[in-house]
Amino acid sequence: MGASSHGHDHDHDHQVVPSDPALRVKALESLLTEKGLVDPKALDALIDKYERQVGPRNGARVVARAWVDPSYKQRLFEDATAAIGELGYGAAQGEHMVVVENTAQVHNLVVCTLCSCYPWSVLGLPPVWYKSAPYRSRAVIDPRGVLREFGLQLADETEIRVWDSTAEIRYLVLPERPAGSESLDETELAALVTRDSMVGVATVAMPARGAGA
Amino acid sequence: MNGVHDMGGMHGLGPVQYERNEPVFHAPWEGRAFALNLAAAAWRKWSLDALRHQIELIPAADYLRMSYYEKWLTAVTERLVQSGLVTRAEVESGQPARGSSKATPPLTAAQVPAMLRSGALASRNVSVQPNFHAGQRVRARNINPVGHTRLPRYARGKLGIVDRDHGVYVFPDAIAHSADENPQHLYSVRFTARELWGDHASPRDSVYLDLWDDYLEPA
Repeated sequence: MGASSHGHDHDHDHQVVPSDPALRVKALESLLTEKGLVDPKALDALIDKYERQVGPRNGARVVARAWVDPSYKQRLFEDATAAIGELGYGAAQGEHMVVVENTAQVHNLVVCTLCSCYPWSVLGLPPVWYKSAPYRSRAVIDPRGVLREFGLQLADETEIRVWDSTAEIRYLVLPERPAGSESLDETELAALVTRDSMVGVATVAMPARGAGA
Repeated sequence: MNGVHDMGGMHGLGPVQYERNEPVFHAPWEGRAFALNLAAAAWRKWSLDALRHQIELIPAADYLRMSYYEKWLTAVTERLVQSGLVTRAEVESGQPARGSSKATPPLTAAQVPAMLRSGALASRNVSVQPNFHAGQRVRARNINPVGHTRLPRYARGKLGIVDRDHGVYVFPDAIAHSADENPQHLYSVRFTARELWGDHASPRDSVYLDLWDDYLEPA
């Protein structure tokens, strides 16, 4: 693999792009390790964190707490970073959090048109579609069309607020608590909350009751 | 820079491709590329905005073709070379130059939890006068810097209302290129969809952008 599989020669001086990133990253890690610039065990620890610990279950717990505890919800709007910190979640890529609330009248949607800014601390690393050109280009100009593709048809009367994450402020959508969830406790509620609902491309639904219901 | 990365409002980039039960990383190398970026950044030789700008500098056709972590890998390699932590010859050979000294990594596995717990603040606790206040009408400046900026093209020249003042933050246009942070007030500014996109847009919809003082003028 390498230059020969790339299809044309790179004799110009822009950033050279060999074809196989797996080989390139292996070579780079090996070089940086040899030079004492990175510790491979630190890489293992970082990967383990984001594969196993930091993910949308964090955000789901924040949402469920806000649904059952009005004073927590109030704190979430006043200082989201501190309120999220109360639940023990780390700050990285969530240092400056703002929570926006979906209601019967207002629907919030989060995007980063310029790159891939996303609240890692509560949602983990972003999915490919969030980082993709189609979502980034269209969420600001055609939010209703994008939401329809996600299966969410909003009424014309609903106000849509799109949050383009152009700075280090990270946005989390507080979805509407689903009707019929009054008897559920906080843990059961958290289990209903999806990543997509906290980005604003979905709503939270009650599970269908029983097979064939 | 007016690069292809600044794609808000573009047409023709296709439908959103959704993957059910998507894994965090699609292959082990993606995880290594992700983690290498964070571990190399611990040398504090470049800012997050410098890395973002390095990604923006990937030629447009490559930018659109490459996967996300391929872009990260390309950008971090370039930052490592430009910062002098490695040489281009070392990257190409995969071997340390003969006689080069061995460093001590600034980030160990034991330090990872603390690093992720504390994060890195972009706000600055310095007194800077705000030029605008919540409720004020503002216009996003019509600027076209060739360097890094976080003012997307689709908002330039448009009228908005300051929704809130987030406080004082480092200025990306500055820190992407130098150690000068030029801290200034950052605001959430609301633009109606009709102001941005014209009369066919929904009269109810709006887009909020986080914009620094230097991006705005009174309107």
